[in-house]
Amino acid sequence: MMMIHAVSRRRFLAGSSLLLASGAMLKFGFAQSAPQRGGQLIVAADSEPRNLNPAIVASNGVFFIASKVVEPLAEASFEGPDGLAPRLAVSWSGADDGLSATFKLREGVTWHDGAPFTSQDVAFSAMNLWKPLQNLGRTIFKDLEAVDTPDDLTAVFRFSQPTPFQLIRNALPAVTSVVPKHIYEEGDIASNPANLQPVGTGPFKFAEHRPGEYYRLVRNDAYWADDLPQLDEIIYRVLADRAAAAGALEAEEIQLAAFSMVPLADLARIDQVDDIEIKPEGYEALTYQLVVEINHRRRELADLRVRQAIAHAIDTDFVVKTIFLGYASPATGPVPSNDPQFYTPDVPTYPFDVARANTLLDEAGYKRDANGTRFSLKLLPAPYFNETRQFGAYLRQALASVGIDAEIVNNDAAAHQKAVYTDHAFDLAVAPPVYRGDPAISTTILVQSDLPAGVPFSNQGGYSNPEMDALIAKAATTLDPGERVALYKQFQAMVKADLPLINVAEWGFITVARSSVQNIGNTPRWAVSNWADTWINT
Amino acid sequence: MNRVLGLIGRRLLASMFVLGLVVVGTFFLLEAAPGDAVDAYAAALGAGDAGLTAELRAQWGLDQSPWARLLAYGYALAHLDLGRSLIFSRPNLEIIRERLPNTLLLMGTATALSFGLGSLLGIWAGARPGSFRDRLLSIGSLALYAIPGFWLGLVLLVVFAIELRWLPLSGIETIASGKQGFARGADIARHLVLPVGALSLIYLALYLRVMRAAMAEAWRQDFVLAAKARGIPRRRIVLGHVARNAMMPLVTMLGLQSAAMLGGSIVIESVFAIPGLGRLAYEAVAGRDTSLLMGIILVSAVLVIAINLAVDLLYAWLDPRVGANTTGVA
Repeated sequence: MMMIHAVSRRRFLAGSSLLLASGAMLKFGFAQSAPQRGGQLIVAADSEPRNLNPAIVASNGVFFIASKVVEPLAEASFEGPDGLAPRLAVSWSGADDGLSATFKLREGVTWHDGAPFTSQDVAFSAMNLWKPLQNLGRTIFKDLEAVDTPDDLTAVFRFSQPTPFQLIRNALPAVTSVVPKHIYEEGDIASNPANLQPVGTGPFKFAEHRPGEYYRLVRNDAYWADDLPQLDEIIYRVLADRAAAAGALEAEEIQLAAFSMVPLADLARIDQVDDIEIKPEGYEALTYQLVVEINHRRRELADLRVRQAIAHAIDTDFVVKTIFLGYASPATGPVPSNDPQFYTPDVPTYPFDVARANTLLDEAGYKRDANGTRFSLKLLPAPYFNETRQFGAYLRQALASVGIDAEIVNNDAAAHQKAVYTDHAFDLAVAPPVYRGDPAISTTILVQSDLPAGVPFSNQGGYSNPEMDALIAKAATTLDPGERVALYKQFQAMVKADLPLINVAEWGFITVARSSVQNIGNTPRWAVSNWADTWINT
Repeated sequence: MNRVLGLIGRRLLASMFVLGLVVVGTFFLLEAAPGDAVDAYAAALGAGDAGLTAELRAQWGLDQSPWARLLAYGYALAHLDLGRSLIFSRPNLEIIRERLPNTLLLMGTATALSFGLGSLLGIWAGARPGSFRDRLLSIGSLALYAIPGFWLGLVLLVVFAIELRWLPLSGIETIASGKQGFARGADIARHLVLPVGALSLIYLALYLRVMRAAMAEAWRQDFVLAAKARGIPRRRIVLGHVARNAMMPLVTMLGLQSAAMLGGSIVIESVFAIPGLGRLAYEAVAGRDTSLLMGIILVSAVLVIAINLAVDLLYAWLDPRVGANTTGVA
C-alpha cells in the first residue's frame, strides 16, 4: 500500500524519471532544477473562513490557508509508509488492544512566538479542541479518554473503547492540527483571537488579513526543517467571483488558482495561454464524489427496483465527458477508486441501459400515464459546485427518458442544507460528499440509520437497513487492519447492491498556475499542505 | 433659514420611522428565508454531527425565538450597538466601517461623473432639440442604457486589464504594496477607473436622457417665449432659463439614483473584487447573518436619507416654493 493507487504510482514514476532527467540536464548547465529561495507567491482565495483554526474546523477552506501556519502530526504523502510523511510527530504506533496510541514528537520545534513545542500542546489540542470542538474529531476521538505526556516528546492517547489505529492513522493529516497550549489555555477557546490570526509551528507565519482583500503569510525563519520554506511570502488574494481567477492569472495579478477556481469550461482556453499550466495532481486524498441522495420515505423510491432503474438511467460516461469535461471518472461505489487501502471494484454495477430501466419501472408497477409520466419527483441539486447544478439538469432529462418527471428546486447553501438535512423536503438530491481517506471518517454516515435530523452531510433520506448498520458498527470496532479492510469492501458491495444512494462520479480539483511555480501537486493533499518546498523559477 | 430648518426637522422625524421599518422589515425578510446561519456554516464545514449544530445554535443565540432576537437587537441598537457578525466573528460596526469608504468612493465618483457629464451633454443635446447632435446623443445614450452593468464591466476588464494591461484587473488598491499618501491615492484612482467607468457610463445615459427631455419640455414654456421676446441672447436663455428649470427632475433623479447605486454596486463590486458594502450585503444574505445585514441596511438607509435630505435642500434652493408651507403651494 505504499503508493496511492495505480495512476499515482505511474505519475510518481514519471515524476521521478523527470527528476533524473533534470538532474542530467543540470550537468549540462541547465540551472532550472535547483530550487530558488525567495519570492512572493500570490494565489486566489474564494472565501474568508470565519474561523481559521484547523484544530476546530477541519475543512478544505480553512486548511487552504491555515495548513501553511499550523501543522498536523503527519501529512499525506505519495512515497511515505502508510501514505504518510512525518510532521510534528516522527513516529507512531497503536497498541494491539486498540486502547492506546503512542506518538513520538519532533525535537527542537518552536512556536511562531518562540515558545517550545512539547507533548503538552498535543495533549491540550486533543482533549480541548479535537475531541470536543472539531467537526471531524468529535466523531473520531469520541472515545479518547486522556492523553498522557510521560515526557516532552511523547504523547500517549488512551481510549475508553477499542479504536482502530488504522482509522487514527488515516485521519492524522486532517484532524490533528496542533495549536499552542499557552495561547489557548486562558479564556474561551471559541473566541480566542488566535482563531483569526493563527499561531503555529509551520513554515509560514500569519502576518495580516485585510478583510475582503487578502491574507499575507511570511517566511518562518526558525522552521524546523533546514533550508525550508523556499518562499518569502504567500499572499491569498480574495476573489469571491469565480470567473475572476482566470482573468487574474492571465493578467499576472495572481500566479496560482487551486480548487478549480478556474471553471472547467475555461480550462481549454486558458491552456492556450503561454506560461500557464493546468495541473490535476495534488488532490488524490481530497476526492469528491457526485452522489444522488434518495429520500426513502417516498413510496416509489423505497422500492429497490425504482432505485436500480434510476441508476440504469444515468449515463456516467456522458456525465464525465460533458459535465466534467473529462476531469473525473465514473464511481463504482462509496469508496473512490484512487483510495489505496479500501477500494474494491468487485461490486454490482448498473450500466447505462434505458430499456432495462423502463422494464424495472414497469415491473415495480409504475405505469406511464397518458403523458408518458410514471410519477413526479422533487430534485434538489446542491449549489456548491457548477457540476452539481449541471448534473441536476442532466438527471432531470435522464429521468424524463424513463418516464419520471423531476422538478428541479434550486436553493442557496443555507436553504439547501436545511431542506435536505433537517426538513427532508426532497425526493432526490445531488450531493458532493468528500472521501477523507477512511470510510469511517465521513462515508459510512451517508448510509447509516438512526441519525437525528439536522446532521449535515449524513443519511437524512430515511434509509434504514439493520444489516448495513451491523456491518458499519462491526467495522468501526474491528482492530485488525486486514479484517477491517475486508469489512469495508463488503460495505461497498452492500451499498452498491441496495442503493441507499447512487454514486455517479468522482473527481479531484484542478490547479491552474503560471509555469514559474514549481513543485505543484507533489503530495496527495497538496493544496491543503504546507507548501514548504514550493518555489518560483524566475 | 427657518424654512430650511423646518424641512430638516420634519425629515429627521420621518427618518426615524423609516429606519424602524427598515430594521423590522429586514429582520423578517431574512427570517423568512429558509435555513439559518448554522445551516450556511455547516455547508462550509463539510461535515459535522447533531451535537455540533445544536451547540453552535446555542452559542450564536439562534436557539431563541425570532421575537426575542429582534427585541435583543432593538435593545442593543437603542444603545447604538450594531452587534457582532456571525460570519466574520467580529463587531458589525468595525466590518461596515472598513467597507463603507470603498463603496462611498465608488458610488460618489460614479454619481458625480454621471450627473455632471450627463447633465452637460443633456444641455448640449437639449439646446437644439431635433438637431443632428441631439439625435446622435439620444441613440448613443439609449444603446448605453440598454447594456447590463456586469457585462459592460466584464468587457472593460477583458479589453483594458487583460488584453491591453493598461489598468489593474481588480481590487481597490495594489495588495500589500505599502504605498502611502499621494502614491496610494494614485494607486486607488487607477483601480477605480474601470469600475467607476462601468457604473457611470450606464447612469450617464439616464441623466442625459432625463435632462434632454426636461430641456425639450422647458422650451415650450411661456417664460421661454417671453425671454425670447425680450431679446435675451439664446445662450443665456439656454443656460439661465431652460436648463435651470430643466434641472428639477434631474435633481429628483439624483436622490432616487443614490439608492439604486448602492444596489448596482453589488454587481460591480463582485466583478471588480472591491471589498465594499454591496458585496458584504451579498455575503451577509448567503451566510444568513441577520445582524450584519441589518447593520448594512441601516447604514445604507441613513446614507440614502441623508442624500435625499441634501437633494431636498438643493431643491429648496433651486425652487423657492419648496418647503414654504404657508404659501400652500405643493
